[in-house]
Amino acid sequence: MTDFRMPSLGADMDEGTLVEWLKHPGDLLRRGDIIAVVETQKGAIEIEVFHDGVLEQTHAALGATLPVGSLLATIRMPGEVPAEKVPVVPVPILQPAAAVPPQPVPSQAKASIEALGQFRITPVARIIAARSGIDPGHILPGSDGIIGLREIAQLPQHSRKRKIGIDLDEMRKAIAAAMARSKREIPHYYVGSALDVTVMSDWLSSENAKRPVPERILSAVPIIKACALALRKVPEFNGHFTDGRFLPGQTIKMGIGIALRGGGLIAPAIDTVDMLPLDDIMRRLTDLVARVRGGRLRSSELSEATVTISNLGDDSADMVLPIIYPPQVAIIGVGQIAERPWVVDGRLEPRKIATFTLAGDHRVNDGRLASRFLKAVEQYLKKPEAL
Amino acid sequence: MTPEALAELVKRTLYDVAPDLEGEAIDPDIRFNEQFEFDSMDFLNFIAGLHHATALELPERDYQRLTTLASAVDYLTEKLTEQGRVKQ
Repeated sequence: MTDFRMPSLGADMDEGTLVEWLKHPGDLLRRGDIIAVVETQKGAIEIEVFHDGVLEQTHAALGATLPVGSLLATIRMPGEVPAEKVPVVPVPILQPAAAVPPQPVPSQAKASIEALGQFRITPVARIIAARSGIDPGHILPGSDGIIGLREIAQLPQHSRKRKIGIDLDEMRKAIAAAMARSKREIPHYYVGSALDVTVMSDWLSSENAKRPVPERILSAVPIIKACALALRKVPEFNGHFTDGRFLPGQTIKMGIGIALRGGGLIAPAIDTVDMLPLDDIMRRLTDLVARVRGGRLRSSELSEATVTISNLGDDSADMVLPIIYPPQVAIIGVGQIAERPWVVDGRLEPRKIATFTLAGDHRVNDGRLASRFLKAVEQYLKKPEAL
Repeated sequence: MTPEALAELVKRTLYDVAPDLEGEAIDPDIRFNEQFEFDSMDFLNFIAGLHHATALELPERDYQRLTTLASAVDYLTEKLTEQGRVKQ
């Protein structure tokens, strides 16, 4: 028998509430199957199993809030005989919240406008109201009888601020805890360069011009790939700082920062991203963004990224100095791509420029390595067709 | 298709791409990224939705004409008129 425990869901999450069992005692399990759904500060997370076997017994009740490492289930490994059917005295791991059925998940967007008394409220307005501690019943709807972003924005500032101040939404708490720990424990240094990405950008435009819309690639994709390849050359940035020493990552499992409408950020990871063709990375990224927005990520995507990238995207800002997610030892920041006057072979030319930064953990690595990383990124972006 | 039907189509596409915005009023002249924190992935999904609904090619160089409700309706009207698919 093997104990199956609540997996780690990243540095900023230490517990989750069990909302659904997708497998039941007697069910056959394959590695990677989704066994349960847990509600966390980052929305609903699908928990995967790591073994083939048979689900012998579940140990946690629906509605129970369970710390990382709690026993969730027992799995019978292939070849093992079933345990005798002795009646098991149920032992609650943690008291379920007074047997209250799981609450509706505020972070999970229901794909339809909902009735609210005699009025209606849009999903995004409902989410923001819930996060800000505002009772939607107290919001006046617009002339169309619908409460939307506009009505939320028109709430008196003091009532919003006060409530937000007291009732910090759960995700903000999670981000605050992880980032405060990072700033407390990790001696960050920052190194950055404005890189000429014209060759990559032009190549991508001509590539996309040949493709129908559904097959086009975002500029984030070659950027992610170039950074992953550069990390192979400077592996000191890929891994974890655990028990006072650096453990290099076995693979490059890159967390991708994805912003949520209404605030908040999640960085689910793509594993072996340095080995994936651009089209595969694009498909994975599209899928991740859709599931971040829908509030359905998998546990393996939220744990154990070995490095993270924060890409500000189009029409945002030139530079970001990001904060490392513990226990990782580096984070890459990428600003918007913008046309700037640039000196090329002694002549002034308009070029497409993006500022890349790397925040490193000074306990593990130094700024000199960061410059080597940035130079490698630049070289890879000059040969985009090889990415 | 009429311009009114095209405006409905653009709204429908936006709600399909971002279901949490369903029912939100859309200001016709404010860019989607300012109005709804659209990022580049949302925008590409929106373009893909318009492509799916209209079978227009929608090359990247025309993306800037698809960033607001009003400009998107103008653009689609123009392209579909060229194909004889819009009744004025």
